[in-house]
Amino acid sequence: MDNLELMKHANDVRKGIVAAVHGAKAGHPGGSLSAADIFTFLYFEEMNIDPKNPKMENRDRFVLSKGHTAPGLYSALANRGYFPVEDLPTLRHLGSYLQGHPCLQHVPGVDMSSGSLGQGISAAVGMALGARMSGKEFRVYTLLGDGEIEEGQVWEAAMFAGHRKLDNLVVIVDNNGLQIDGPIDQVCSPNPIDKKFEAFNFHVINLKDGNDMDQIRAAFAEARATKGMPTAIIAHTLKGKGVSFMEGSVDWHGKAPNDAEFEIAMADLERIGEALCQK
Amino acid sequence: MSEVKKVATREAYGNALAEFGESYPDMVVLDADLAAATKTGVFRKKFPERHIDCGIAEANMMGIAAGLSLTGKIPVASTFAMFAAGRAFEQVRNSIGYPHLNVKIGATHAGITVGEDGASHQCNEDIALMRTIPGMTILNPSDAVEARACVKAALDYVGPVYMRFGRAAVPVINDRPDYHFEIGKGQLLKEGTDVTVVATGILVNSALEAAAKLEADGVSAEVINICTIKPLDKELIIRSAKKTGRVVTAEEHSIIGGLGGAVCEALCEGAPVPVCRIGIRDVFGESGSAAALLEKYELDGEGVYRQIRSFLGKA
Repeated sequence: MDNLELMKHANDVRKGIVAAVHGAKAGHPGGSLSAADIFTFLYFEEMNIDPKNPKMENRDRFVLSKGHTAPGLYSALANRGYFPVEDLPTLRHLGSYLQGHPCLQHVPGVDMSSGSLGQGISAAVGMALGARMSGKEFRVYTLLGDGEIEEGQVWEAAMFAGHRKLDNLVVIVDNNGLQIDGPIDQVCSPNPIDKKFEAFNFHVINLKDGNDMDQIRAAFAEARATKGMPTAIIAHTLKGKGVSFMEGSVDWHGKAPNDAEFEIAMADLERIGEALCQK
Repeated sequence: MSEVKKVATREAYGNALAEFGESYPDMVVLDADLAAATKTGVFRKKFPERHIDCGIAEANMMGIAAGLSLTGKIPVASTFAMFAAGRAFEQVRNSIGYPHLNVKIGATHAGITVGEDGASHQCNEDIALMRTIPGMTILNPSDAVEARACVKAALDYVGPVYMRFGRAAVPVINDRPDYHFEIGKGQLLKEGTDVTVVATGILVNSALEAAAKLEADGVSAEVINICTIKPLDKELIIRSAKKTGRVVTAEEHSIIGGLGGAVCEALCEGAPVPVCRIGIRDVFGESGSAAALLEKYELDGEGVYRQIRSFLGKA
């Protein structure tokens, strides 16, 4: 799939995020939007998956370690055909299968339950190890928040993955620079993130613009070509990307738009979509 | 009387892992730098490629076990009870319990018989913690024979299982041809009419010793071995409580939230009778030999006997 097509899908994924969070009247749009291009690239291009066979044995796995951005994952899965896009606004509703945080047993395509920060990466490492021990070819991807990496367990997992040279593992850090209480370098700075992963024996890729499909493609190609060590992609992204009033704003980490804001957000994304169609 | 054979349940655990390694090719064993102490080293010696040392990082070990299970492995994650149920509680809850993954946890060095290491390592809270996780199966074997049976049953069962083992050598009490273990089934070891003693783990032996002493006093005690704390064999306990009208629980664990708690919860709904909970009475332990600690905290046969007598008003 060419990058223009992927960008159109990413825009649809963003619409789904906004619709889901608006429908839920709660949830985490900021970090879902910042990672929308990465979700899209993974599910529409990078991973060996089959939406009609979500449990396909040798599929590539994805673990959303920053589980609060479930709207981003759900929208990517829905747009990819795992379940109806129309279901997205039932997010967080009583009786909906779209639980507030990813749930293995309820949501088709979710490879691991997550939401408690720091834990998803360990499960991803376990999957990568399992693939190697069984001689299976599948690759494992996990997406972390840059605030999430303040959790000590992340570094336990990174130490293990580096030690075991798990080159079928790609750790992506959505480095949008903001966490609930403010900018990451003011709350409890995890910087420098790249040097930390290097020190834990990862091949590190600094993805300068994690919202740029060309650069995303190049980063995942480099990860795939990397042998003998796991890869960490530090993706510099813009929180709230695509929705004018959410961009770069910590206020939209975990808040849903009201009806008026929803209209503005969807209009923003419509404009972006139309511009992509003109290309 | 011939010398009673004594084996630590952790020893039986390690041996069982090695024994079943061949017939369960998907089994992998994880440890957190304690393979010599937890006895997973016995498995490692036989199946080095299937033993994964995670280093001193128990939280990550539980997550790795979860991930491995999602690739078809049967991971057995092993460390001291303090770290398995304590430090890694939330990982066990969220990464294993919530998705109901097929992970087995082998927690050794449970209870006060950790001994000389002292209170920091004497985990008297693990059963209480694990009981609150929906869908968690909890096995607390009374001796080496039962420990082996627990490992086999856990490997055959699909879903999360917490197995609790001890450091100290304890008498082998189940070495008989008709011994049969089934998850969720308690065992009536001795029939009686005056009081029911529901025991678990290494306190089963103390309960049997106490029952023999009570017999000499003319008190007929029924003794039930509850190896599966969850799901609890309520039927057996309630039936016995209705017969004897008085229940004693005995465990090497806090009297809060463990077997005592579970039995009280079952009885208050099914057969409300007076209950005496024998265990660690809401205190931290201390350094000392296992035998000395069991004596001091009244968990040996003599101590259990005294406490039951006092409960029956015969002090």
